[in-house]
Amino acid sequence: MQEKQLPLAALPRLPKAPTGIEGLDEITEGGLPLGRPTLVCGSAGCGKTLMAIEFLVRGVEEFGEPGVLMTFEETADELADNVASLGFDLRQLQADKRLRLDHVHIDRSEIEEAGEYDLDGLFIRLGYAIDSIGAKRVVLDTVEALFSGFDNQAVLRSEIRRLFRWLKDKGVTTIITAERGEGTLTRQGLEEYVSDCVILLDNRVIDQITTRRLRIVKYRGSTHGTNEYPYLISEDGFSVLPVTSLKLEHAVSDEVISSGVPGLDEMFARRGWYRGSSVLLTGTAGTAKTTLAAAFALETCRRGERCLYFAFEESPAQLLRNMRSVGFDLQPYLDQGLLRIDSSRPTLNGLERHLVTLHRVVAEFKPQAVIIDPISNLISVGSISEVRSMLTRMIDFLKINNVTALFTALISNRNGQLEMAEEGVSSLVDTWISVRDLEGIGERNRGLSILKSRGMAHSNQVREFIMTGTGVHLLDVIIGPAGIITGAGRLTQRIQEEAQRVVQQHESDRRDRDLERKRRMLEATITNLRADFETVEDELRRISHEELTRGTALREGRTALTQGLSADYLASQPNTQL
Amino acid sequence: MDLLAPPEEPAYEFYLYVTGATPNSTRAVRNMKEICEQYVAGQYTLRVIDMYQQPELAQAAQIVAAPTLVRRRPLPQRRLVGDLSNRAAVLTLLGLAHPLPPTA
Repeated sequence: MQEKQLPLAALPRLPKAPTGIEGLDEITEGGLPLGRPTLVCGSAGCGKTLMAIEFLVRGVEEFGEPGVLMTFEETADELADNVASLGFDLRQLQADKRLRLDHVHIDRSEIEEAGEYDLDGLFIRLGYAIDSIGAKRVVLDTVEALFSGFDNQAVLRSEIRRLFRWLKDKGVTTIITAERGEGTLTRQGLEEYVSDCVILLDNRVIDQITTRRLRIVKYRGSTHGTNEYPYLISEDGFSVLPVTSLKLEHAVSDEVISSGVPGLDEMFARRGWYRGSSVLLTGTAGTAKTTLAAAFALETCRRGERCLYFAFEESPAQLLRNMRSVGFDLQPYLDQGLLRIDSSRPTLNGLERHLVTLHRVVAEFKPQAVIIDPISNLISVGSISEVRSMLTRMIDFLKINNVTALFTALISNRNGQLEMAEEGVSSLVDTWISVRDLEGIGERNRGLSILKSRGMAHSNQVREFIMTGTGVHLLDVIIGPAGIITGAGRLTQRIQEEAQRVVQQHESDRRDRDLERKRRMLEATITNLRADFETVEDELRRISHEELTRGTALREGRTALTQGLSADYLASQPNTQL
Repeated sequence: MDLLAPPEEPAYEFYLYVTGATPNSTRAVRNMKEICEQYVAGQYTLRVIDMYQQPELAQAAQIVAAPTLVRRRPLPQRRLVGDLSNRAAVLTLLGLAHPLPPTA
């Protein structure tokens, strides 16, 4: 596997025995030197014995190489019990003749020295154990126990030297463990010089958190990773975490997925972010980072995809309850197995363990989206540089697996953006959304903006958003006289507009009424005029009628005159005398 | 000969683990035989075991150094490593400086 990655693969290389231990083979570029002794040293409790045993067991199970475990401290039974929890069945392996345990009991009080001696007894026992099962791998745990059993240091030192030589001649790949000494790698300051490879395990406590580191101090005849690598002892055994793959050549997806908040999608040119990208959501306290994260989780599940939610602040129950208050019901997806919430205090584990947990759960659950809420809490576990390197590895790992990642991060109010930039996380992520308080006079509002979005145009506006019983809503942008208006300003603006509208309405109503009144007045005038006109008309009509009547009477009178007036006629027509 | 003890269980029982004919081993065998004959003649058994021939015995007896002399009896068990050339030390350690009186 490693050979493909190395450009010098064509050159002859030191033959190596793969350990099968996660990550270690990558750092050692193939494993431990084949047929040579390797020293594993470290202080108490850093897992020397475990690493050695895993080397043996994996050798047997994965590479078909039988092994011999010669222990000077723990008895065979104790060891078998101790590693049973890791799934290593030493007794079965012994019964299958693939592993041989030999406990060398050395008791200072029983042994007296009288004359010259050597450690041939040990050699013979070891040789016998190796030959009886055809072992290719040997572990000696811990050789320095010999020093407590014998007085003659000169003999012991030369014998241990001889032992290393003898193991090389035997052609067995050996791990020798040793306690770390003061200022030297081992107490005796001997083993490191006669070993071909020295691996140093370190167990350090910084701010009450234990982190374990592994470093390859020397490796004769081979290049190797020289850094300190975090390692873990988990339920699956020993695992070393090589910092990160150095190459950036993972495939990318062109598919865009929704953020779960329609308004937020609108802010991106392609209505969402790319699948497999990493999104950072930063904000001060109480700016609804978790709510936005939950919206994304919900959206992911709604699409029928699996989402893994790491909650470092809330228990699953609390998260579910709180999200219900904004109308996000995650429970059905939890029941369907689409959503998985992994809650733990960040301080529960060291950073490496968090990373390994992530690796394990991702491998097991195969989510399409991972949410880590919040990553800033991890800083309580390690220093900023450690967190950065861990996040680099985490983001890398998720990207390689085409998992969309959403991280939330709490930032402090003052120069928050600077802080995150220092952590270097912002440069690792593809999309960076900032939520923040827009604090005005006597109120705070939540504003959301996109700081960056690789490979996609995005809105430059700070959008105010509110949380309602039906989710997160981005409000329309209102541009007032002094820029974008939010909160009470928005309300004021609205009230002012309303008032203005009312005033206008009143004005228009008044005008309408005026018109109406005028119309009525006009109509009244018209009616009066018409009445006048009718009066005049009547009069005129009467006059004309009278004139007509008089005319007629005159004519009749003239006729009568012409025909001869009669007195009785004149008396019967009195009105015609005008 | 101790009358209280059966003849097949002598008062002193020694196992000497050696590695073939290496100088240390040869010296140890020679020294041990001399000591036994000189101090506990007739009251001992001495078994010389070549670990090359019987490695499983070396493992069973928890032998690390060679040569190793194990005194099985009298109890408590004692172990001596080395070629046993330091005669005075060997006698003290094996309790032979004041050997058990034959009648004890």
